Amino acid sequence: MGLPLDKPLEIGPLRLTSRLLMGSGRYASHQEMVACLEASGAELITVAVRRVNLDQRAGTSLLDHIDRERFQILPNTAGCYKVADALRTARLARELLDTPLVKLEVIGDPHTLLPDPLGTVEATRILADEGFVVMAYCSDDPRLVVTLEQAGAAAVMPAGSPIGSGRGVANPGNIEIARSLVELPLIVDAGLGTASDVALAMELGADGVLLNSAVAGAEDPVLMARAMKSACRAGRDAYLAGRMPSRLHAQASSPATGLLGEALSF
Amino acid sequence: MMQRMSLTLAVNGKPQEVPTGSLLPDLLKTLGLADAQVALEINGKLVPKRKWPVRELSSGDRIEVVTLVGGG
Repeated sequence: MGLPLDKPLEIGPLRLTSRLLMGSGRYASHQEMVACLEASGAELITVAVRRVNLDQRAGTSLLDHIDRERFQILPNTAGCYKVADALRTARLARELLDTPLVKLEVIGDPHTLLPDPLGTVEATRILADEGFVVMAYCSDDPRLVVTLEQAGAAAVMPAGSPIGSGRGVANPGNIEIARSLVELPLIVDAGLGTASDVALAMELGADGVLLNSAVAGAEDPVLMARAMKSACRAGRDAYLAGRMPSRLHAQASSPATGLLGEALSF
Repeated sequence: MMQRMSLTLAVNGKPQEVPTGSLLPDLLKTLGLADAQVALEINGKLVPKRKWPVRELSSGDRIEVVTLVGGG
């Protein structure tokens, strides 16, 4: 008997087989990044938009290393603290890549890197009106996720915990509640640190996860990329399989009858 | 009075001299970015690539030239 095939993850024009999304930052080299992307099985890769360094133009650019036949590119607005800057960055990215996709980040402050919820909603509304497929990075507040859906987001991307913290899913209940409140794809983004974090996010019902530091910051990034691929698949399968109820007390899995000495009962 | 032969722009926050009458492709060539995958803003407004060949530059224009880098 074959196992049922999972349906693709659909976000705007995207049809993704892999539910693991990967960032392209913080790798030791382009070669290491490519090896990690390949080991992860990811199909959608985030990139950032930055000023060209006019003093140091030599060298290859990021896109020279990412096979566009194999990977789709998701530009982000990382580093934007104002709605206006996020809008400018999204428009520049669309011009650069000829893509309507954007991972919208409107960041509140440089210390926590937590998203500015009101700015994110405002920017989502404007960019969705301009035809962008907005994947909105947000906090794990379930009501905010609903507001973003109403503002026109194509996917919501609640943080598991602060960007780069590696603390995992800080509030599993919020992710589950958020999942139950919206139709949109929900991608757990930020803060995941290791394979069990990814598996948990997927078990909670996330439609996908986005990783960067957890892989790039591992001692062996390529091996961690492979671990994350397995964890994502395992967590998704467990979610679809429907876990057993948890209970306080034991319930024997071996029969309670037919034990030695039963014939001696009076 | 002699006509000024060059004008000064701010490119990614740094002063850049170009000959008067320069168009955007001229500037990119000067910067060594003629074939680079970049996007451009002038004074905070995106200039689509198809408009680069006809976009004249004026003294004091603030130009942002961006590209893609690794990021999450």
